[in-house]
Amino acid sequence: MTKLTPILSAHWDEKDSFTIEAYKRHGGYTASAKALAMDPDAVIQLVKDSGLRGRGGAGFPTGMKWGFIPQGDDKDHYLVVNADESEPGTCKDMPLLMANPHVLIEGCIIACHAIRAKHAFIYIRGEVTHVARRLNQAIEDAYKAGLLGKGIDVVLHIGAGAYICGEETALLDSLEGFRGQPRLRPPFPAIAGLYARPTVVNNVESIASVPAIIANGAEWYQGMGTEKSKGATLYSLSGHVKNPGQFEAPLGITLREILELSGGIRAGHTLKFWTPGGSSTPIFTTEHLDVPLDYEGVSAAGSMLGTKALQIFDETTCVVRAVLRWTEFYKHESCGKCTPCREGTWWLVQLLRDLEAGKGTEADLAKLLDLCDNIMGRSFCALGDGATSPITSSIKYFRDEYIAHITNGGCPFDPVASTLFAGAGA
Amino acid sequence: MAFSNEDLAIMETIIKRYPRPRSAIMPLLHFVQSRDGYVTNEGIELIAQQLDLAAAEVTAVSTFYTQYKPTPVGEYHVGVCTNTLCAVMGGDAIMDALKDHLGIENDGVTTDGKVSLEHIECNAACDYAPVVMANWEFYDNQTVQSAKDLVDSMRAGNPKPPTRGPNSLVTWKQASAVLAGLNDGKANEGVQAGAPTLLGLKIAKGETK
Amino acid sequence: MTTEVVDMITVVVDGFEVSVPKGTLVIRAAEKLGIQIPRFCDHPLLDPVGACRQCLVDIEINGRAFPKPQASCTIPVEPGMIVKTQLTSPVAEKAQRGVMELLLINHPLDCPVCDKGGECPLQNQAMSNGQGETRYEGVKRTFQKPINISSQVLLDRERCVLCARCTRFSEQIASDPFITLNERGALQQVGIYENKPFESYFSGNTVQICPVGALTGAAYRFRARPFDLVSTPSACEHCASGCDMRTDVRRGKTLRRLAGDDPTVNEEWNCDKGRWAFKYVTSVDRLTTPLVRNASGELVAASWPEALAAAAKGLKAAKAAVLVGGRATHEDAYGYSKFARVALSTNDIDFRSRVSSDEEREFLAARVVGSSTTYMDIDRADHVLLVGFEPEEESPIVFLRLNKQVRKRALKVSAIATKLSIGVEKLKGKFVKVAPGQEGAAIAAQSLTSKSVILVGERAAESAGVLSAVAALADSSSAKIAWIPRRAGERGALEAGAIGNLLPGGRPVEDAAARVDIAALWGADSLPSAVGKSTNEIYAAVNAGEIGALLVGGVDPLDSDNCQAALAALDKAFVVSLEIASSAVTQRADVVLPVAAVTEKSGSFLNWEGRPRSFDAAVHDSLNRSDLRILSMIAEEMGTSVNLATVTAAIKEISSIGKWDGARASMNKVSVSSHPAVTGDQFILTSWRRLLDLGTLQQGEENLAGTARKTVAVISPKRAQAMGVTDGDQLKISTSLGSVTLSALVEDIHDDAVWAPRNSRGSQLLVNLGVAHGAVVTVVKA
Repeated sequence: MTKLTPILSAHWDEKDSFTIEAYKRHGGYTASAKALAMDPDAVIQLVKDSGLRGRGGAGFPTGMKWGFIPQGDDKDHYLVVNADESEPGTCKDMPLLMANPHVLIEGCIIACHAIRAKHAFIYIRGEVTHVARRLNQAIEDAYKAGLLGKGIDVVLHIGAGAYICGEETALLDSLEGFRGQPRLRPPFPAIAGLYARPTVVNNVESIASVPAIIANGAEWYQGMGTEKSKGATLYSLSGHVKNPGQFEAPLGITLREILELSGGIRAGHTLKFWTPGGSSTPIFTTEHLDVPLDYEGVSAAGSMLGTKALQIFDETTCVVRAVLRWTEFYKHESCGKCTPCREGTWWLVQLLRDLEAGKGTEADLAKLLDLCDNIMGRSFCALGDGATSPITSSIKYFRDEYIAHITNGGCPFDPVASTLFAGAGA
Repeated sequence: MAFSNEDLAIMETIIKRYPRPRSAIMPLLHFVQSRDGYVTNEGIELIAQQLDLAAAEVTAVSTFYTQYKPTPVGEYHVGVCTNTLCAVMGGDAIMDALKDHLGIENDGVTTDGKVSLEHIECNAACDYAPVVMANWEFYDNQTVQSAKDLVDSMRAGNPKPPTRGPNSLVTWKQASAVLAGLNDGKANEGVQAGAPTLLGLKIAKGETK
Repeated sequence: MTTEVVDMITVVVDGFEVSVPKGTLVIRAAEKLGIQIPRFCDHPLLDPVGACRQCLVDIEINGRAFPKPQASCTIPVEPGMIVKTQLTSPVAEKAQRGVMELLLINHPLDCPVCDKGGECPLQNQAMSNGQGETRYEGVKRTFQKPINISSQVLLDRERCVLCARCTRFSEQIASDPFITLNERGALQQVGIYENKPFESYFSGNTVQICPVGALTGAAYRFRARPFDLVSTPSACEHCASGCDMRTDVRRGKTLRRLAGDDPTVNEEWNCDKGRWAFKYVTSVDRLTTPLVRNASGELVAASWPEALAAAAKGLKAAKAAVLVGGRATHEDAYGYSKFARVALSTNDIDFRSRVSSDEEREFLAARVVGSSTTYMDIDRADHVLLVGFEPEEESPIVFLRLNKQVRKRALKVSAIATKLSIGVEKLKGKFVKVAPGQEGAAIAAQSLTSKSVILVGERAAESAGVLSAVAALADSSSAKIAWIPRRAGERGALEAGAIGNLLPGGRPVEDAAARVDIAALWGADSLPSAVGKSTNEIYAAVNAGEIGALLVGGVDPLDSDNCQAALAALDKAFVVSLEIASSAVTQRADVVLPVAAVTEKSGSFLNWEGRPRSFDAAVHDSLNRSDLRILSMIAEEMGTSVNLATVTAAIKEISSIGKWDGARASMNKVSVSSHPAVTGDQFILTSWRRLLDLGTLQQGEENLAGTARKTVAVISPKRAQAMGVTDGDQLKISTSLGSVTLSALVEDIHDDAVWAPRNSRGSQLLVNLGVAHGAVVTVVKA
């Protein structure tokens, strides 16, 4: 008996799943019709009752976020969908949009109605030409079908390569035509977001989850998941597994269960470490196989559910190399606005390069941790915090491996062993 | 390259998508790349003029985002994911092999102008690792050999089609037009999903062995 | 009078209570207690950004503590707030040390050759809040060492801490977003668009507020160490804005000038001319000894007694008049005013060494003298109407103040002008387009309220009927009027009575009681009662043989709209010239007496508000005397006394003049001239001076001149099309006197008009064409 619950992914296996015809074939756009006939506040209440929480990482209750938008203020309101999916390991929104862009558009219609917005913007990352094509076509088709353009407009905004634009205020600045650097908060987007107007910023999966909730009711959704983490979600399994892929399951499933369903770690190897929700979430090890993958469970175990990006690394992987590479990523993507993140990631990379090359000392490890302490909670936004997560968590679990690099005077691992094509003669 | 009246009209429609003109700066920069191949000074000045901005304000934006190129790239711009997961699973080996094979460094362009190479960060396709992108189309589950074959096909003028993308690979300029939000009519081409995307669904439906 | 009620909030910082107005940021509440939280990006006049993270402190509100330290420069105080700075919170202290360490890892250790060394916030705070030793052993980020981002500003990106003060200033204060943060992450850097240098009239402020040595001025670079400089508070002599300044001198030489901090006037800003144009004092050929024209007609060096005797003799021998330029200090102008009446028994005195009119003189007496419209009125205005006035070019701090209100509360600005200027565009002003000469006709149609302010420039005098219309509009709407001349001394000279229709203190010459008042003060039996001649009338009277002698101080005859007559008069009359350097006047003078430049003496200017801007001598070892002292000596030599041996004496005497409570002079209404029909290649000329141009006080400043706006001739799209002219074509503007040939710029300007800068390189209209505004000229494609 499988624990999987395909809802968003239910019809992805149909060749034309991305077309408006296919979407309508399975009841698409009936939820929005139902919602448009409801009082906006009732829609918000329903989403609140469903227990839906943000699927972009932070897990903030979606209905509550909608409820923060001031009503009757005579201002334009905006819905902004965060489709900037760039957190390393995260790969759920892009396949979702490639296979079924209409579910997001229907979600936008419902959300706009609820928050009294006439305009939705979908901010998609720029490095996915075909996903942008699909979404653009879907929006066009929704206009042609009269679903958009009658009081609700959806605009596709395509990014240009900046991880930081996944941070909601940086995304808003980017969407307004500025450098994508985070804004001071307060004011929060609910009060002064896009163009300084009340704005809801939601992740793709959050908004895409709404049509099914409207169609099936809050109770149905609440029936899935755990006490405080309701509903189902997409878990993305990648790395050293036999079968990587997307798994839609109720919140609270464990990695052990997903591995069992999917076929486990790649043959002949064992799990070493993994991320529960992308590179910014502290890593886990084999001891965390049974941690319930919901907001509370992961948090209690010392990490964050994040984007449910389960990146699996087996015993062939050098943790120092992995962490260095993530750190290089944060350095590359630091927006430059604040000192701790800009200068801190610059320094972290140099320390880790030395450590990986066996040129470090134990004192460098202490320095590395102290530096993380000076970045964590000192930066302007969460990017700086995220940069320290893999470092501090990996030193916590694999301190010996760092030391081994020092004592060996270099990396003890063979990088070829961890490639996909290892032993395949490539 | 001089921008034609038709180009200016397109730029006008891009600006009109937004409640405030300045929001159009990013699609306009993609559009400039679709015509000039990179962000030219002429393009910057034109955008500044159309949006009533100082040219410096346009530069400030264009240099922030990695997809806007200050110098020309190849007709086919190849990105090899070397973020942790792809790197470990073969991205590093692919990147090294391509550099060697093409005789160029990171951010380099082949002398024939056909292929440029860039190491890229996570491209949201980790279940297809190692991933290579070309003009921002997906080439999934690459090996050193498949990547070499891919760039060879590009240099031969007959690029292999993307794994999940249109039936054939469009050029950098054509892809830039898509990123400017222009519809090239290819949305319905290609698969709806690859096997990993469907794995959970198939298991749930009991369709796996 | 309304009092604004301010909510006060009490917070505790490091155990001490402090009450501050609602909205105050934590960093400033701490300052009020004398607790200095280190900072870089914070600047009280810029929007908070919270970028450098140097000012992290621990905060709790009503017992609820923030989980992590907060940037005190971004958080307003709240009731029940308890703040722990680095002095009482180990967490805040470590956070600050950590940030400081990170700021320094990529900072070059070139303090010994850095201009900022010794007055560097990074250096100072690294000492006070940093650690002695670095733990960083890595590779420092390097950039090409300083690059010119304009001819006067250099950028050293290695030193930059990316606080974004400069970019925020340029965008938020000056509305000149020509420098921006470019690139990203560790490569983020300040930069310009490669084809557009940082040519802002306000660029020097970024050098001043840069908290490190990243931005430096070409003129001061490598010239001095801050601790070798002697700083003197001063006032800017360049325009009527009235900037508070600081002049830094080493060994008798001014090396730099900085904007002073006066919240009521210039806040902490100034313009590049005020900052960087000071070498005229030393670079021009300064006069060092008196000169007297000998029997063979040559000017030769003379002793002071000899020269004073010659001056006295010549001034006594004929009917004499006084011309004092608009750059005299208030005290010096007072000296000339008193000298004219007491020593020369005449009201023939005029400070307006520029295009002027009788309508203006009446307007100044009826509406301006003694009035008190201020910057604060701009802050509160519902609508500001600009008439014959381009604030960015002609009084830059007025521009900044308008811009602040436009940005803060969308202040409505309208400009009655012939051409849309860059400044008015930046103010998002409504451009009321008129033909040159027809400004007066557009004024009546403006609807203002008692909260509106009309800012009138000196150029309003160049079109008949404008000032009459302004007066009428002010009467009908109760709007306030402010007259904003270009030169720093004009308002003071007006108050000092250095004009034919007024005695000091706004007393009308024609009023017997007023004359008695001043005669009593001066110990004179009586004062001349006839209204004196204006500048042009004086020149005419000399040329007609009615006046035989001129006392001239600080006048450039080429600023006149009739320079031929001016030069002829100077040639003809017996001229006593008080000047700092050789000029068209000294060359024609019979006695030349060298005087102190403004940095060499104390005194004051009255800015356009009428607010005294006093200053001390910045250069103390000068042997040069003020005009005032020399006038007293000439008077003694003439056997009379003006008794103003020192500036202090003048200040004392001026302050003893009470407020005039008699009737104000009235004003005769002048009609607007008829609009000349222009046909074919005829245009009506219009112009103004640019802030940076060929002005005498900008001599010797090549770096500054490099940022001046391009010299162009502006015509409308319609006329350009008719002439087949596009941007960059050459246009020849001619009158019977001469011509200028300039590069064309097609812009928003009245179809009948052609605009050119009045005194820029290649375009000195009064000299080249003999006209500057309102005259019909011929324009052809060259």
